[in-house]
Amino acid sequence: MDLLSLAVKSIFIENLALSFFFGMCTFLAVSKKIETAFGLGCAVFVVLAITVPINNLIYQNLLQEGALAWAGLPDVDLSFLGLISYIGVIAALVQILEMFLDRFVPALYSALGIFLPLITVNCAILGASLFMVERDYTFTESVVYGAGSGVGWALAICALAGIREKLKYSDVPDGLEGLGITFITVGLMALGFLAFSGIQL
Amino acid sequence: MSSEAKKALFEPLVANNPIALQILGICSALAVTTQLSVALIMCLALTSVTAFSNLSISLVRNHVPSSIRIIVQMTIIASLVIVVDQILKAYAYEVSKQLAVFVGLIITNCIVMGRAEAYAMKNGPWNSFLDGIGNGLGYSVILIVVGTVRELFGSGSLLGYQILTPVSEGGWYVPNGLMLLAPSAFIIIGLTIWAIRSFYPEQVEKPDFEMQNAHNTSAHGSTGGAH
Repeated sequence: MDLLSLAVKSIFIENLALSFFFGMCTFLAVSKKIETAFGLGCAVFVVLAITVPINNLIYQNLLQEGALAWAGLPDVDLSFLGLISYIGVIAALVQILEMFLDRFVPALYSALGIFLPLITVNCAILGASLFMVERDYTFTESVVYGAGSGVGWALAICALAGIREKLKYSDVPDGLEGLGITFITVGLMALGFLAFSGIQL
Repeated sequence: MSSEAKKALFEPLVANNPIALQILGICSALAVTTQLSVALIMCLALTSVTAFSNLSISLVRNHVPSSIRIIVQMTIIASLVIVVDQILKAYAYEVSKQLAVFVGLIITNCIVMGRAEAYAMKNGPWNSFLDGIGNGLGYSVILIVVGTVRELFGSGSLLGYQILTPVSEGGWYVPNGLMLLAPSAFIIIGLTIWAIRSFYPEQVEKPDFEMQNAHNTSAHGSTGGAH
């Protein structure tokens, strides 16, 4: 039940994009069409669901204070190396995933193609790993959290793309055209997502 | 100061603002602005990382093969962010707790990466350093604007000092709780962009579709329907 509650929390209540603003740059830049938004959403979901658990293993077995006790070094605290290891894991994984998809699932590769490299510098990926460390999730929790926040991010970007596709028929004041009105739309969407905030399972 | 250096330093402030025009580095810009003091520390952190990453990347730019340049940039930036993070933890522990993960997220802040790739790889160290400071300040301008509005109207204070006395303490101001929540940040940035683009009309984006004058049936002089 805790896991279900964590999943709901990571998808709706603490949506990475709408309540923590993670991955905003790509969120705003790649949300003009539903199709591309969906592709990017899937890619983010896959990468999040893999990297958060892996970073969890790295943190718990190598970096955490006292984690190196098995190697006879119980006093070593390597947690300051966290940032560089997480980003390294993410960059490497994205690269491996890209090669793997290219070799075995070419259809998916061509669909995600250009978005995969972008994902390395997507704050949502690194942000989820950092939250995982900060909140001290166990391995199982980190799997659920990674997958859940991926779904939440994908949901948010698809919804925004849907709105923007309709929005292009509207006559927006000059200065607001494009980026400005998109920000305000996202603001209103975030207001909508606030409605989930009371939900407890 | 040469004109190139001046351009690198001052242009990103308003005219070529990294957030408002280039849509870079918005993630953290929105999240840390509920209190002005926290926003200021974040500005300082980001400006120093951008400046020094630009400087170091510009110094090694001629020795790095282009196929591995991204990972080299990443490593430099990540190391600088670790240094900043450790300094904050050592000298401003309370603030570093409030900033939480957002200092770490400077690594993936597109401004740092974007300037390294777009400017520092092509220009000398001094100009790159100034460009880093300029872009950091451009980011700071937006953060300070958003932070001021949110803290002033959300809790009636600025930098922790009461400006508008809230009703709960016998004053007249009813704090607008919405300002402290996520959505207000989006809306304030949207309005800021509107303001900047009203001053610089050349930044206005073209609409995706032009409205056609569908009912303009006059044989000559229909300029609106021509394109």
